[in-house]
Amino acid sequence: MSAPAARPKLAVFKFASCDGCQLSLLDAEDQLLDVVGLVDIAYFLEATSKIVDGPYDVALVEGSITTPRDEERIQEIRRQSGYLITIGACATAGGIQALRNWANLDDFIRTVYASPQYISSLSTSTAIADHVAVDFELRGCPINQYQLIEVIQALVAGRKPHTRTHSVCMDCKQQGNVCITVATGEPCLGPVTQSGCGAICPTYNRGCYGCYGPAKQIHAQSLTDHLIRQGTAPAEMVPLLRNFNSGAEPFRDESNRIESLT
Amino acid sequence: MSNRTIKVEALTRVEGEGGLYVQLDGDEVRDVKLSIYEPPRFFEAFLQGRKLEEVPDITARICGICPVAYQMSAVHALEAALGVSMTPEIRRLRRLLYCGEWIESHALHMHLLHAPDFLGFHGVTDMAAHFPDEVNRGLRLKKHGNELLEVLGGRAIHPINVCVGGFYRAPKREKLTKLLPDFEWGLEAAVEATQWVATLDFPDFSRPYEMVALHHPDEYAMNEGQVASTSGLSIDVRDYEQHFEERHVQHSTALHSVRQGTDASYHVGPLARVNLSLEQLSPRARQLADELDIDWPCWNPFQAIVARGLELVHAYEEAIEIIRDYRPIQPSQIKYTHHAGFGCAATEAPRGLIYHRYEVDRDGKIVFAKIVPPTSQNQQQIEEDLRDWLPRVIVDDDQQTALDCERLIRCYDPCISCSTHFLRLTIDRGEPA
Repeated sequence: MSAPAARPKLAVFKFASCDGCQLSLLDAEDQLLDVVGLVDIAYFLEATSKIVDGPYDVALVEGSITTPRDEERIQEIRRQSGYLITIGACATAGGIQALRNWANLDDFIRTVYASPQYISSLSTSTAIADHVAVDFELRGCPINQYQLIEVIQALVAGRKPHTRTHSVCMDCKQQGNVCITVATGEPCLGPVTQSGCGAICPTYNRGCYGCYGPAKQIHAQSLTDHLIRQGTAPAEMVPLLRNFNSGAEPFRDESNRIESLT
Repeated sequence: MSNRTIKVEALTRVEGEGGLYVQLDGDEVRDVKLSIYEPPRFFEAFLQGRKLEEVPDITARICGICPVAYQMSAVHALEAALGVSMTPEIRRLRRLLYCGEWIESHALHMHLLHAPDFLGFHGVTDMAAHFPDEVNRGLRLKKHGNELLEVLGGRAIHPINVCVGGFYRAPKREKLTKLLPDFEWGLEAAVEATQWVATLDFPDFSRPYEMVALHHPDEYAMNEGQVASTSGLSIDVRDYEQHFEERHVQHSTALHSVRQGTDASYHVGPLARVNLSLEQLSPRARQLADELDIDWPCWNPFQAIVARGLELVHAYEEAIEIIRDYRPIQPSQIKYTHHAGFGCAATEAPRGLIYHRYEVDRDGKIVFAKIVPPTSQNQQQIEEDLRDWLPRVIVDDDQQTALDCERLIRCYDPCISCSTHFLRLTIDRGEPA
């Protein structure tokens, strides 16, 4: 896909999500007004009531697909958008709400709502890429604002965005953290989780819970075998792999494999 | 006389997505529905069976703007279930974390989301060219809140350092004290911001609200206190569900909260807090409240922006005090053992009171979860406000009427993602008669 023209029309769309990833753009306080100068913000409900009709050069899509209406809406957004970027774990892997993929939706609805007949919801929560072609994925729950600014600046400059795809484990080594798993035996998903958070969990004395999703070229089973040998119960490994990126293939498949053994 | 329908398909400058539907018969308001079509995510369902230690991380994801509110409410409710009591040091550090979220959220709403309504702009993008100093101040204050959250919570959105029992790691003193020069500047800027918003042109619109908020005799309530109201209610949090009830209505994926028995609506948020706890505000905020041209208690929802300003000042002042006194705490986390139990807690999110209740089993798994966010409590109140507000703003131009409705809705700083389990304006004026 070729890069959009100078001062591209930018749109921000939301599906099932917490709003945190699009808030990351407003959270880039120091760069916000510069970024606003680089692009023409045409549709960003959270930030402005000015709404410009499509088509759009760049669409940032937050959230996962969980309703019949949204299944249709994402198709229309794809038709209207030149370069479509998914932002965050919901859009790239279905988010925490993808836990319904292992449950009975009717039970879920009845748990929360007194009148289930009012609720229209799909039995699954799925990533945007399961529905339409996606041009670039930005990982994380929430995304890293510097990565988001990099992606926007790269698009305006007509170059490929540069984001790192190595594991949290490497960042941890660079920061000189003592390895949580080695030192305490506590399970940590750092070896299989993509960089981007700054290895904050191990830095704050806790194991990584995988909120940036699977890193490239990982072998999840090597880690889970090791953790289980070290004393983590298989039944505890399953929820660790099934949280904010439970729908990401390597985490999903490995959690299913372990579950089938227990 | 003709019937007409006015619809706002998508509310803007609010968190999350919803709309508004208004049905008019001439100048008479037939129906007002704040429709929340944000897709439900079923948090209370998938929490069942999860380890209680995961709850602060999971519930944070209900809202990207106020994750700390969810984390604080969750840990206090779970600690109540486990019978864990906090040390004064952890308690203060939790207040400091909440100060970070109040600063970030209030600075954002006052400067970037709400001020454009009073000044006639679409948002920060066009306001920045005309009010660069105010926009830059808002961004700077917001950044302070985020920086505090980063030091104490690990990151601003979905902090990772909050756990049942306290914090995974206590912050180093110098990391916090490094923030002090910015916070001292921020306190003065927050005072200026509050003086500025107090001079905005407010509609003369007061309402007979029952305002509900936590109240604590010794401090401005954030994490604990009695659930109090401007009608004289004062109850223990454990009795919350005997006095407040959630209803499921057809036009919303957010549950509506009403007063038990009377089905009356009520108002939560910064205006409720300032009205109920004016005397507990920090010295600068308390003094500023008297200096402004507003009588307290205040019943005008549009002046919630001023209440936010007072709380912004309070949050800076309290944060500075806590940071100055801070010495690294040991331990940062109180140990506990799993046992079956129930626990509930209410805290004050930037948008208002939030209530959580959990049942846990002997293995530390969640058996039952109930979460009542601020916006679902305000939803019926907003609809009732609109019924009173509409006759004043109805004009032939549907778009203008819709804009005026949105202005009222934004006074509540609604958080729609949160409330789902929230809005499009649809004004139904029907077919011409």
